[in-house]
Amino acid sequence: MDRFVFLTLDGLSKGAVYAAFALALVLIWRSTRIVNFAQGALAVVTAYVAYSVTAATTYWLGFAVAIAAGLVLGAVVERGVMRFVEQAPPLNAVTVGLGLVLLIQGALGMIYGNDFRFFPAPVSRHALDIGSLPLLSPYDIVVFASVLLVMALLAVLFTRTRVGLRMRAAAFAPEVSRLLGVRVGRMLTLGWALSAAVGALAGMLVIPTGLGLHPTAMDLVFVTSFTAAVVGGFDSPVGAVVGGVAVGLVLSYVTGYFGADLTPIAVLVLLLAVLLVRPAGLFAGTKARHV
Amino acid sequence: MQHIARRGLAIVAALALAVSTAACSNDGGGSPAKVDVPGVTDTEILFGTHQPLTGPAAPGYSKIAKATEAYFNYVNAAGGVYGRKLKYKIVDDGYNPANTQTVVRQLVLDDKVFAILNGLGTPTHTGVLDFLKTNRVPDLFVASGSRSWNQPDKYPYTFGWQTDYTVEGKIMATYIKNEQAGKKVCHLGQNDDFGRDHLAGVQKILGASGLAATDTYVPTTPDVTSQLGKFKAAGCEVVVLATVPGFTALVLGTAARMPYRPQFVVSSVGGDYLTLAGRLGAQGTPLLEGLIGAGYLPAVSDTSNPWIQLFRKVNDQYNAGAEFDGNILYGMSVGYTLVQALQAAGKNLTRDGIVQAIEKGGFKGPGTTPFRYSKSVHAGYSGVQMARTTGGKQNYFGKIYTTDDGDGEVKEFSEPATTPPASGLPGA
Amino acid sequence: MTSPVATLAQRAAADVPPPRRRGSTLLRHLAIAAGAGVILYFVTYQLDPFRNYQLATAAAYLCATAGLTVLVGLSGQLSLGHGALMATGAYTVALVQNKFSDSGTTGSWTLVVSLALGIATATAVGAVVGLAAARLRGPYLAGVTLAVAITVPAITTTLDEIFNGDQGLSVYVEPPPLALGATFPNERWQAWLALVAALLTMLLLANLVRSRFGRSFRAIRDDEVAAALAGIHVARTQVLAFVVSAACAGLSGGMFAVLALSVSPSAFALTLSLFLLLAIVIGGLGSLAGAVWGAALLVVLPDLTESLTDRLTLSPAAEQRLAGNLPLAIFGLTLVVVMIAAPGGLQGLVRRGARWWRAAPDARRAAD
Repeated sequence: MDRFVFLTLDGLSKGAVYAAFALALVLIWRSTRIVNFAQGALAVVTAYVAYSVTAATTYWLGFAVAIAAGLVLGAVVERGVMRFVEQAPPLNAVTVGLGLVLLIQGALGMIYGNDFRFFPAPVSRHALDIGSLPLLSPYDIVVFASVLLVMALLAVLFTRTRVGLRMRAAAFAPEVSRLLGVRVGRMLTLGWALSAAVGALAGMLVIPTGLGLHPTAMDLVFVTSFTAAVVGGFDSPVGAVVGGVAVGLVLSYVTGYFGADLTPIAVLVLLLAVLLVRPAGLFAGTKARHV
Repeated sequence: MQHIARRGLAIVAALALAVSTAACSNDGGGSPAKVDVPGVTDTEILFGTHQPLTGPAAPGYSKIAKATEAYFNYVNAAGGVYGRKLKYKIVDDGYNPANTQTVVRQLVLDDKVFAILNGLGTPTHTGVLDFLKTNRVPDLFVASGSRSWNQPDKYPYTFGWQTDYTVEGKIMATYIKNEQAGKKVCHLGQNDDFGRDHLAGVQKILGASGLAATDTYVPTTPDVTSQLGKFKAAGCEVVVLATVPGFTALVLGTAARMPYRPQFVVSSVGGDYLTLAGRLGAQGTPLLEGLIGAGYLPAVSDTSNPWIQLFRKVNDQYNAGAEFDGNILYGMSVGYTLVQALQAAGKNLTRDGIVQAIEKGGFKGPGTTPFRYSKSVHAGYSGVQMARTTGGKQNYFGKIYTTDDGDGEVKEFSEPATTPPASGLPGA
Repeated sequence: MTSPVATLAQRAAADVPPPRRRGSTLLRHLAIAAGAGVILYFVTYQLDPFRNYQLATAAAYLCATAGLTVLVGLSGQLSLGHGALMATGAYTVALVQNKFSDSGTTGSWTLVVSLALGIATATAVGAVVGLAAARLRGPYLAGVTLAVAITVPAITTTLDEIFNGDQGLSVYVEPPPLALGATFPNERWQAWLALVAALLTMLLLANLVRSRFGRSFRAIRDDEVAAALAGIHVARTQVLAFVVSAACAGLSGGMFAVLALSVSPSAFALTLSLFLLLAIVIGGLGSLAGAVWGAALLVVLPDLTESLTDRLTLSPAAEQRLAGNLPLAIFGLTLVVVMIAAPGGLQGLVRRGARWWRAAPDARRAAD
């Protein structure tokens, strides 16, 4: 029973990070119909920024700068590169995204070298004893709090603010929005910036749990979060969160009871089980939009 | 649609023609007067190697070949070997066996290297053994402790260098049997030759039933929660690790969080203190206190050791003063052994000549135990000494042991350590 | 019309003129393939062993890229998992070849049997994946095929006794037949094998895309509803496309096992699946010529970037930083630039060039 509790909490905490990362993917998909394959690499860039800033100052300043760097980086990538392929066939955007991944990994390797760097967690990952049982660690609490905060902020942004409404309008009906005076291009840039910032947050939280900071540190997280978004449904932010938590739990149980080697097979089974019943994810609202 | 197919086929042909003309144009050269040895001229010897310079296996390992090259440049500055400068072509294979195939062919067929030196990795290098054999290319000092390199009948040109995993496992188990008697022992290994050979060595001493639990990990899945949970449940007090540095650090961190505090005994492959401390950060470094490891080269932190002094000097002069860790020491030591072999092979260097020179053996260098090289054995160092981390330093303790990868006994080795010549060049 | 892939494929196909009906397509394709074969035969005698090996690698890639471009470009289904299908073919060939060698069975026919079995296994796996894929569109299909791609190491580890975990298997392949002479270079023999496989693949695919099935593929890609109304069984046709392309991937994987003399999970990682996709998009999606460009690029580009980096003379410190990383960055940059400058890929550029050539002879003359 102890073990079950441990694995559940561990799974929830990992799942929360996957949820945040999946959310970032969904944000971009909803506005541009692009699966941002470069999202992991972008998050790694912000983590390296945090690494450099932290080395010179304090952890939390590095944290804040990383999020800000995410905003800027997202905007730059959209304006500088993705804008040119948004109207092109979708696979061109995929190719550009993968090209960016290689470019970024090469560039980071040149600047920082290909060594794993120690990347600290914001707070201790040692579990606090509640009763006699080691339960949540301060790290888990920070993860839950920050992911919930991000979801709440995004929900408020998209449902309660003028900017948020414009962003949604620009995504769903760009032509009409443009006629109504919405600066569609600017909204897309904002969407990418937000998404990269959320990705940066997820990166800051998840990298300390792996082998350390490395140009490829987010590759596996990207793949896992991608499947999480597929499970939840690419058109639904709620789905991304549910998918993230579900995938986190499944990975934790399979790892704990059967061994980490089997996790890719478990992910495949989960995907097939969900998609054969609901081909557009758990939270597919309407039939997928015609393009 | 047929025009597309036609065009496709035409492109194949055109490309192939273009490649062929390019290839023909750089033919020729070379003096017809004497028998050419590939990669050897009167002034130069060219070596090649495949290393993981990028990708997940790059950390740490990417420094090795550069350190070897730095030692070559040190030797070159003193006039080289028999007047020939040593050149080293290092190519990246990203630890992907498919890439290794291509780059090794490029080194041998295109760059015409004299020999492949210190090619890194078991899965990567296994794939090119047959190719190197067919082309009669010396395949020297493979950077891996697999027993595969020691098959002189099958691969007469291939030589190992480092202490192999089985030997290390046998000696570690001997230490556990003597010093940690009565404790429950578990083994965690990488799921390839590294983990398997190491486990085989441990079991040769402790017996197949001498271990309470064994498990493996896959390098692509950075998560060891389940393995450690299993060991904890089995009540293991000593955990032997045949892990690469990243996973050693992951194991220590994960165990601390559980909390689970057995005595860890880690293979030299994944036990370098500086590499581990770099991974664990300031908060995690205390976890390394009391960690037991093993080694066949002098301790990196032992600044009074003449070998360390020599290699530190070379590192400062020719390797841009990179952080001096176990990888640098490894690379330089390989370079030292190679120069010894080249000197032994004589002025008229040939591919068969260097193979025979290594088979004669007798090289004394930085290693604390002798090489096993002979006509019938192509394995490298023959033993290790156990080390314990105290006060942030890995210190050797107890006796030096040697053994073989079979059922031979584990023997004490008591010859005094050698010191390098003042010039830092072997044989000088 | 629900799939985003469909729109893209539609664009890619927009340049394809309707087929002209003159004589027998099959005969014409046969003649072209035979011609190309003869030229390539002489080419392999001109190349040094390393270039022959590169040619062999490109030909092995071509088997996979050609099949993938038919699937993605013509039938409009995305696959990020072809690396796993290649692994299926490769491991089958490895196991069968080693069985033959263990039992002392020799002869050139053994390789043909192994490759055939490799294709068959990959086809069977492809059919299963294809059945699931036929229900899925866009990112959902991408997600499932991506998940398939990453199961390779998990399977080889779980079934350790058969596949030997991360280390993989070495593959026994007989040296070139003695009839060719004792000093016949192995690399030329490898090039022959791979070229035969590639030419056969191209020949079969060229006929397929020209056939009733090819037309059904395109009809479904362009508009599923219309295709269904026209009497095309949509799901069945999609599965067929997947199966065909899986068979090609199986052959390609088998050829890689033969060329590399070893198979291991890291040779068939997710990166391979992604690189195949990159190759056909950069080459020009949906055209077999584009697949040729793509396969050539997969071999030439890493070589080119590496030798470019070699040309630079740098301080040891800078060299250590750039080694391996600069080629990676240049490769990435090339992908981004080509996609922005030439959305139709290299074959799109060639078509544009050819059109300009035909359309503006006067302008050209003026320019001369």
